[in-house]
Amino acid sequence: MDLRTQEAILRAVERHGKEHLIVLLGSPSPESAEIAAATVVHGDPTYAGPLAEVQLGLPVFHILEDQIREALDPRLYEEQVGIMETVLDKAGIVLALQRVRAQLQ
Amino acid sequence: MFNGKKVIAIGERDGIASPAIAACVQAAGAEVILSATECFV
Repeated sequence: MDLRTQEAILRAVERHGKEHLIVLLGSPSPESAEIAAATVVHGDPTYAGPLAEVQLGLPVFHILEDQIREALDPRLYEEQVGIMETVLDKAGIVLALQRVRAQLQ
Repeated sequence: MFNGKKVIAIGERDGIASPAIAACVQAAGAEVILSATECFV
């Protein structure tokens, strides 16, 4: 994950706290989704950014996951996300997010 | 699920960009506290 994004996440958590906070990803592949999710849960896996060894443990989901889709307006979802849902590896992305969340428990 | 929640939207140019994520969750009652779209080239 981009170092500036990591810094912005750290500042946002410091400012708003972790309560009621959700991270939503729009990563294009299972690999990038897993790295992004792991970064906000366990810390930067590359040890290069501000979140290195910072275990935020934030609840993290991908916008393509069914539990997220079902909580959103269907018309708006189709308009904003619909096309990408048909071209990305949704099943792989969902599995990647499930793997990272399972490590939280 | 999103009513009263604070959301960090981390999009990606080759996937779903953060403004699209933000638009969806804001309509569902969430407050977007950070919206960033990454770009790997």
